[in-house]
Amino acid sequence: MSKHKKLKRYQLWGLVFILPWLIGFLVFQLFPLLESLYYSFTNYNPLRGSRWIGLSNYIKMFTRDKDVIPSMIVTLNYVLMSVPLKLLSALVVAMLLNHKVRGINLFRTVYYLPSIFGGSVAISILWRFLFKSDGVVNQILGLFHIKGLNWLGSPDLALLTVSLVSVWQFGSSMVLFLAGLQQIPADMYDSARVDGASPHRIFFRITLPMLSPIIFFNLLMQMINAFQEFTLPFVITNGGPANATYVYSMMIYDNAFRYLNMGYASAQSWVLFLIMAVVTVFIFKSSSVWVFYKDEGT
Amino acid sequence: MNRLPERGMSMNKRKRKTGKWIQYGVLITGGFIILYPLLWMFFASFKENQEILSGTGFLPRHFSLEGYRLGWKDNWQYGFKVFMKNSFLLVIPTVVFSTISTTLVGYGFARFRFPGHKLLFAVMLSTLMLPNTVLIIPRYMLFNRFGWVNTYLPFWIPALFATTPFHIFMVYQFMRGLPVELDEAAKIDGCGPFRILFSILAPLLKPVLFSVAVFQFIWNWNDFFNVFIMISGVEKYTLSLGLRMMMDTDAASAWNQILAMSVVSLLPCTLFYFTMQKYFVEGIATTGLKG
Repeated sequence: MSKHKKLKRYQLWGLVFILPWLIGFLVFQLFPLLESLYYSFTNYNPLRGSRWIGLSNYIKMFTRDKDVIPSMIVTLNYVLMSVPLKLLSALVVAMLLNHKVRGINLFRTVYYLPSIFGGSVAISILWRFLFKSDGVVNQILGLFHIKGLNWLGSPDLALLTVSLVSVWQFGSSMVLFLAGLQQIPADMYDSARVDGASPHRIFFRITLPMLSPIIFFNLLMQMINAFQEFTLPFVITNGGPANATYVYSMMIYDNAFRYLNMGYASAQSWVLFLIMAVVTVFIFKSSSVWVFYKDEGT
Repeated sequence: MNRLPERGMSMNKRKRKTGKWIQYGVLITGGFIILYPLLWMFFASFKENQEILSGTGFLPRHFSLEGYRLGWKDNWQYGFKVFMKNSFLLVIPTVVFSTISTTLVGYGFARFRFPGHKLLFAVMLSTLMLPNTVLIIPRYMLFNRFGWVNTYLPFWIPALFATTPFHIFMVYQFMRGLPVELDEAAKIDGCGPFRILFSILAPLLKPVLFSVAVFQFIWNWNDFFNVFIMISGVEKYTLSLGLRMMMDTDAASAWNQILAMSVVSLLPCTLFYFTMQKYFVEGIATTGLKG
């Protein structure tokens, strides 16, 4: 009995070890979150103070603010362009790199390299150079006698050009796919081949289902990041041309830190949070249909 | 790791050889396309300003260090020497604090079954999905109240309190892969929980600790959004803020300096990456998979 008690007491040490996180969570995450929820119902402005105004901020967003809906659409387009393209390129490259040939580690190193720079300012600057109208990309197209495009200057193309950065940085998703590919048992492929299955069929019936938990994880993480993208559109195009890359985070930034309408910006950020939550729940719910877990039901 | 089926036993050798060459061809072409932007930037940073603008050719006509010399020199009151120093000053303590705190927390979650374990672990994991965009405004107000705005404390102090759930999860996952018998044996020898962590487990945790440190470094080094909001004084600017300022003020004139300083700002991550390469890949792979 005393031994049992001692063991129980020992387990309590866990609380001591997680204490830093618990404090950090309460002070730097939960409290700010609740505070911003509170401010979203006020007209808080650091220069003018704060007054409770109920749902006015939320109502204003959808009735009088002409920026909200367009920047929601821009952000949604950004997510829909960058995430699938990124996952697709990550998967293709992972399959290319999933072979035991000499020097494969060098290739893995190279293919991963762009992702370590993330959405840094230097990469945004590089993108401006690459895609300006007389930039490198158009010069290369010119070599093949293809007329260059106005990548950053045209409202139709600018968002795509910006999202190409994140497509280029497919590394972390690729590494996960690669690890997933290596976990697929070889005899699964062997028996499929003995049964005369075509490569095409093997891909859709074995590879893809076996990778679905990883697709799920990548999709969720990349989506959460893409919804919040700020640096790339801010530095590459500064929201332009004609607000074509004015993403939601930039709008929040403008309202909060340029116009100091922190209450209103808090409401905007909560709407983003809710949209992301809805999409996340949807992905989670839909996962029971398309995500396949090997040890299901055990 | 590289367990692969012996494929195509029935195929004849020559066919396999051509297949291999095609594979190499695809890999090399793809690698070149992916690296091209970076290589272009590297070489262009040695071009003269005029040549960047007229901009044909991959290699500079003659190598010039002008961009590096002028960019590094204190053009304004504060130059890139200061920004570089600031970046390290912000990032290094953040990395050290975050590695230590996430190790403690990961240990707490992985090795102890205290009351509320399940709930707290779920809460911790759910903060993975907490968007920074929602937190940035109230956090700014909080740090403003503390008088921390325009210092590096908004980066250092949260790192002390393990606010990066991703890294806690990495440590947790890795630790669960280590046999509990190690702890049990040490306990019988009279080791307390701290001794177990620091003398028994810590040496074995080295790979994941490196991964955490590497990710934290890269993330903070590249970060622009948070420093942009928290840091306002030029004397406190990090590289990313300095680059942005250069972009705004010298926009039309000093392309070679901007490119040179961009290369400089990417250099630490690149060097870090090539020296610690295996920790990147291993780190990501452990987290995502066993979950």
